[in-house]
Order: sequence, then structure tokens, then C-alpha cells
Amino acid sequence: MITLVQGLFLYFAAMIVACALVAITRHSAVNAVLAVLLMFFHVAGLYVLLNAEFLAAIQIIVYAGAILVFYLFVVMLLNIRTEELGRRAHPYWPALVLVVAGLAAVFVLLLSRSLFQGTPDQYSIALVQEAGNAQLVSQVLYRDYYLPFEVASVILLVAMIGAVLLARRQWAEE
Amino acid sequence: MEIIQQIALYVIQIAVMMGFVLFNAAYLTYAERRLVGRMQLRFGPNRVGPFGLLQPLADGIKLFFKEDITPAKADRGLFLFAPLLSLVTVLVAFAVLPFGKGLWIADLNIALLYLLALSSLTAYGIIVAGWASNSKYALLGGLRSTAQVISYEVAMGLSLVPVLMLSGSLSLVEIVEAQSGYWFLLVQPVAFFIFLVSAVAETNRAPFDLPEAESELVGGFHTEYSGMRFAFFFIAEYAAMLVVSSLAAILFMGGWHPLPVHIPGLSDWLGQVPSPLWFLAKVYLFLFLFIWVRATLPRLRYDQLMALGWKVFLPVSLANILLTGLGIVLWPYVLGWWG
Repeated sequence: MITLVQGLFLYFAAMIVACALVAITRHSAVNAVLAVLLMFFHVAGLYVLLNAEFLAAIQIIVYAGAILVFYLFVVMLLNIRTEELGRRAHPYWPALVLVVAGLAAVFVLLLSRSLFQGTPDQYSIALVQEAGNAQLVSQVLYRDYYLPFEVASVILLVAMIGAVLLARRQWAEE
Repeated sequence: MEIIQQIALYVIQIAVMMGFVLFNAAYLTYAERRLVGRMQLRFGPNRVGPFGLLQPLADGIKLFFKEDITPAKADRGLFLFAPLLSLVTVLVAFAVLPFGKGLWIADLNIALLYLLALSSLTAYGIIVAGWASNSKYALLGGLRSTAQVISYEVAMGLSLVPVLMLSGSLSLVEIVEAQSGYWFLLVQPVAFFIFLVSAVAETNRAPFDLPEAESELVGGFHTEYSGMRFAFFFIAEYAAMLVVSSLAAILFMGGWHPLPVHIPGLSDWLGQVPSPLWFLAKVYLFLFLFIWVRATLPRLRYDQLMALGWKVFLPVSLANILLTGLGIVLWPYVLGWWG
């Protein structure tokens, strides 16, 4: 007999896999993006199941609300027609198969090593429920790991400045 | 048995809330037409029932019996799905709004993020509608709307950060309780202004109603919609106005707290009035403001809209966050220095 939580997990997991498959097999780019949207929702559902409702909200805001809208925007602006894409195989398909096989191998290795078993440290479920998810995440990010966090911000800043610079150069040439 | 009771309770809560929202959305259209009419020296609808009060009902019946048309080359599934998506993303927002002391359906500890997530999803209903209609006007309306919603979401989210810093919580109930001493409006006027303008832009209302600028885009994203499907977009827009007005009241005007500053005797005396009434009074004030703005201001041009969002609101709200942080850190020293 499976419990409610297990049942929900199975539902979310099955939907994530199904939506991902739909996304990579659609010929209409818009439908593919919408399938990814549905997948993001179920990933957020998994986060809620893990008592990580803060991450779930961020998942929706950042991925569904911002990044995917941009994808949709680009797809519509380019107005990719289904017919133009055609049904022929990608010319580099052997390389793609290799990449996928490599990723699968890494994944299996990780699972067999059970890297995620870890000992439950101070951040127990009880503590998360009491102090609130957002507060604990911020403590970990801004207190315990502030240096890696700052490094990540600098990298993002560099990317941002680079993007601005590229756009400006194009502007100047015109 | 307990589970059945619990489910029955949920169903009743949802039914009451939906009734409240739909009633308000219907009569907001009436209030808007009457008020805008008055502001433009006309009468507005005054024929159906006393003072035209039955007008929303008549409109509803008319929309119900209109033919439901799907354009020939539309993406049928998405075309039917888009209005539902628009409406649902707005309606589920009401689950976390506290209407008065102890009067809410759910008190999420991430309620504010939940609302931001939902407001970011409203773009999908519009853009999917625009794309699925297979019409250039609808598509352009949808694309504009996406760009607009994304741009103003950033400013809106950042304008809410000072509120979080002052209250130390993402729960709307705790944010209201944090304002028992003074409203956040008094210390955060800049954030309040940015939030208000961004909220008008987020709900695609005039003067930011570019997605449905009728002089250039016909009806915008809902050009091809008719009957109840069209009505769904309409209800979603008015319900979204209700959500952002409630948010403005909750985050900046103390929710159900009657006075901007706590005055020991007077606040308690005024507190005897049921708390939802104070809250609703503020909400209706903001809704009036929405209608007033629509009747007063001309529509912005597209580049003006983008420039305002990215070049004015974004830097100002970032500076505001910095100043608020400085204020919170330095305030204890100021108090110590004072005496």
C-alpha cells in the first residue's frame, strides 16, 4: 500500500518525465514550450512535497514566469512554422547519442553511490517547518556560504555586462 | 467523517470567495462605466433597473447567449484553454488574501511569493490567447503584453522588498500585524508609488493598456474571442484589479488596521467596527483610483512604457532597497544617540 506522499511523488515524477518527452517530440515549438511549463509546475510540486515551498515559489517565478516566457516570446517572434522544421534526423545525431549515454552513465553512478544519503545535520524537517523555509535558505546562502554566493553573483554580473556591451557595439555599428 | 467535513468546509470557503469575487468583478464593470461616464459628462448605463443596477446581469445574459466562435485556422485546444488559464491564475490568488482579523482561507508563510508567482503566470493566458487565435492583431497584442508584464514584474517585485525588510516575513497576515504601530505607506512612499504604477501596468489597465490598444490593435489578444470566453478575460482583468488593490491595502495601508498611526484610545474605539470593513474600504479606494486614472490619463507609447519600467522604476526601487537597508541598520544608533 502506498502512502499519500508516495502517491503524490509518483504522480509528479511520472508527469515530469511525460511532459519532458512531450516537449522534445512536439513539432510545434509553442506546444513544446507549454509542455515544459507543465513540467516546471510538477517540479515545483516535488519541492512542496520536500517542505521546500520557498524553492517551489522561486521555481515558478524564475523559470515559469520569466525564462519560459522569454522562450515563448522568441519562438513567437521568430514565428517558427512546423513545416519548416521537417522530420529529418539531426546531422550530428551520433554525437548527441554519446552525450546522452554519458549523462545517463553519470546519473546511474550517482544513484549507485547514493551520494545524497548524507547525515541529517542541523537543518531537520522540524526546524524548517518552525523557522520557515525562506529564512533558513537565506541563512545558509548569506551566512554559511556567502563567499561562493558572491562569486556566483560576480559571474552573473560579468555575463550581464558582456551582454550590454555586445548590444551596444551592434548599436554603434548601425 | 472528518475528512468529508473538511472537504465540505473547503468547498463552502471556495464558493463564498468565488461568489464575492464574481459579484465584485461584475459590479466593478458597472461602477467603472458609471464613474467614467460622470467624469466625461455623460450618464453611463442607467436604463436597466433602478440606476442601471441590473446592467451587469443583462451583460452577463447577453454574453451567455452569444455565439462561441473559434477562428478556422486557430490552434483549437490552446484557443479554448487560454481564457481558463487567465481566469484560474487570478482566482487562486484569493486563497491567501487576509480580509480581516482571522478572516482568510490560508496563511502561507510564502504568501507574497505565491502571489508574485501567480501574477507572473497571467502573461501565459494572454500570450497563448494571442498566439492560438492565428490573427496578427491578437499576436501583436499578446507579444506586447508579455514584454510589459515581464518588465513591470521586476519593478513590482523590487518595490515589495522594503516591505519584507520592515516586516521580516513573507506571510501576508504577519505583514499586516507588523503594521499595527504605523502603516508602511508612511515610511515607504516611493515603494508604494512604484508598486501602484506597476500594478496598473501588470493588470494591463489604462494608461498601460497597450496589449489591447483598440486604435491600433483592434481588441488586442482577445480580438477573436466572443461570448463567455471573452467574458472570462474580462472577469480575469477585474479580478486582478481586486487582487492588486487588496495587496496595496495589505502591504502598505495596514490591512485591517483603521488608522495610519496607532493612537491608543482612538484606534481601539475604531477597532470595534468589524475589521473586514476597514479592509474593504481601502480596497474600494484603490479600485476607484484605478477607474479615475483610466478616465484621466492618455495611453503611453510603447517605448515610453519600456523606458519608464527599466530606466526609472528599476534603478529607483533598487536605490530604495539600499536606503531602507541602511535605515534599518542605522535606526537603533539614531535612537541611542537621541537619548
